[in-house]
Amino acid sequence: MTSGPVDAPPKPEAHGDLTMDPYATAAWGFAIGSLVVPILIPAIVALVLARKARRRIAAIGSPWTGKDRAVRAQRLGNIGVFVGTIVLLALFCSLYRTGLDSVRKTFFNWDVIKDSFPEVLRAFWFNVKLFMAAEFFVLIWALIVAVLRGLPGPLSAPVRWLMIAYVDIFRGLPALVTIYLVGFGLSIARLPGLENLSLFWRGVIALTLVYGAYVAEVYRSGIDGVHWSQTAAARSLGLSYGQTLRFVVIPQGVRRIIPPLLNDFIGLQKDTALVSTIGLFEGFRQASVYAGNHFNPSSVTAVGICFVAITIPLARFTDYLIDRDQKRMRAGG
Amino acid sequence: MGFLEIRSVEKAFGENKVLKGVDLTVNEHEVICLIGASGSGKSTLLRCINGLETIDAGGIVVDGRPVTQDWAELDVLRSFVGIVFQSFNLFPHMTVLENVLLGPRRVLKLSNEDALARAEPLLNRIGLWEKRDEYPDRLSGGQQQRVAIVRALAMQPKLMLLDEVTSALDPELVFEVLDMIRELVAEGMTMLLATHEMSFAKESATRVCFLHQGQILEEGPPEQIFTEPKNPRTAEFLKRVIAAGRM
Repeated sequence: MTSGPVDAPPKPEAHGDLTMDPYATAAWGFAIGSLVVPILIPAIVALVLARKARRRIAAIGSPWTGKDRAVRAQRLGNIGVFVGTIVLLALFCSLYRTGLDSVRKTFFNWDVIKDSFPEVLRAFWFNVKLFMAAEFFVLIWALIVAVLRGLPGPLSAPVRWLMIAYVDIFRGLPALVTIYLVGFGLSIARLPGLENLSLFWRGVIALTLVYGAYVAEVYRSGIDGVHWSQTAAARSLGLSYGQTLRFVVIPQGVRRIIPPLLNDFIGLQKDTALVSTIGLFEGFRQASVYAGNHFNPSSVTAVGICFVAITIPLARFTDYLIDRDQKRMRAGG
Repeated sequence: MGFLEIRSVEKAFGENKVLKGVDLTVNEHEVICLIGASGSGKSTLLRCINGLETIDAGGIVVDGRPVTQDWAELDVLRSFVGIVFQSFNLFPHMTVLENVLLGPRRVLKLSNEDALARAEPLLNRIGLWEKRDEYPDRLSGGQQQRVAIVRALAMQPKLMLLDEVTSALDPELVFEVLDMIRELVAEGMTMLLATHEMSFAKESATRVCFLHQGQILEEGPPEQIFTEPKNPRTAEFLKRVIAAGRM
């Protein structure tokens, strides 16, 4: 907003007036004051009184004695808070209409969104490919890290240390730094076999390294969370350490970590936007180029919608899977 | 030499000495009941026999071979020494049938058909073949414990260790599990049981051992232990059991 358009901008009204004049500010203050004082403050006082009254123990008579006021105050207080919030919100919208209008035109400019969407969506498909590949490798790589980190016995100590070092380093590094190092570093280092790797695969490697460290810890918590008696039962059947992990511990552990796993995957999906820094033309890059050309960030809103849109069905699908699993295994489901 | 030889076994958890020199011989087809108060070391002793706990001193020999901490050896040992726990410990993510098939298929490397051929008659015998596709949490405690016993039996063990297998059950479910164990006794299974079921010990045990603070204070045929215990502590323990209406 620092360098406003000098010539006739394509959509000058898009900026709106974001600075409020003193009258508006005064009106604001008055409105908030006139609402908070008569509605919200008494409501909150009523709630506090109700709390006090409920705590008062009647020395004689039934436990209900003297509590009617508490019940009434509680009810009134609840209603007051509800009404107050609604009125406050409505007042905010009506007073700040110019501002809201400006927000709508700047961030949610329908023409811009509609116009940029095909391009943005095409570029976003790249993000989808990127995170699908990265999620696939993360699932495998993180499990390997978690299992190696948990290996028992003194002979596996070097492997354990190596995995701890990996997790510590890549969890601590900002994703952007890892992406930069892998993206640019690999071409400078000329590592045999990796020098001609496409930017796409460098992005996948970088994201796998970053999220592998997180997800390895998630796996580990799942594995540690399986009660030791399950291991005892499996080992006493004669199952080896590896078999116990594979057939008994990991299947149970993984079921518990689906929600945090989903969390990390959403993080990964969002961080695919970061690979634009190594020159990959993905959805966000495409959208920001469009925004620059048209001087309106609504195209970035469009890519934002894409990101949100893919996480919501994923979240619902995970909920469904967890639910189905629990119904199957729990009594009376 | 007996099938199972336990020689001056000692075991401590930190400062707490749980086993203070236990000696016991179990011959084939014997049924030995370990009785004693909670914390007397019964469970720990059973867990030491199949290597779930390491012993600090002494030695345990099963079928002529000392129990070591070598993993490969332990895996072999456990494939013919079955253990059943107080808390069943069925695998909750597997159906009844999958629970029973796991050991035969993965440890004994039987084909699916051969493993099924073992599982079916066993599950039929406890009347739970119809429930083979249910998950353990949907079964009653008694049913779960019988499945746990079947899971151990599917490995065709030479020795069964039963660790208070009825203690977590509602009273009306105890009998179905005890009936099953009685059948095993009749078939001549070698068994070592930690139990609070005195009437079961009285009728089924070849020998009864009274454990007190990590030592076997008295050992003998059930008729003798239950009617004329030689050790005053045994007598005291039995008196309390009778007072609690458990015999």
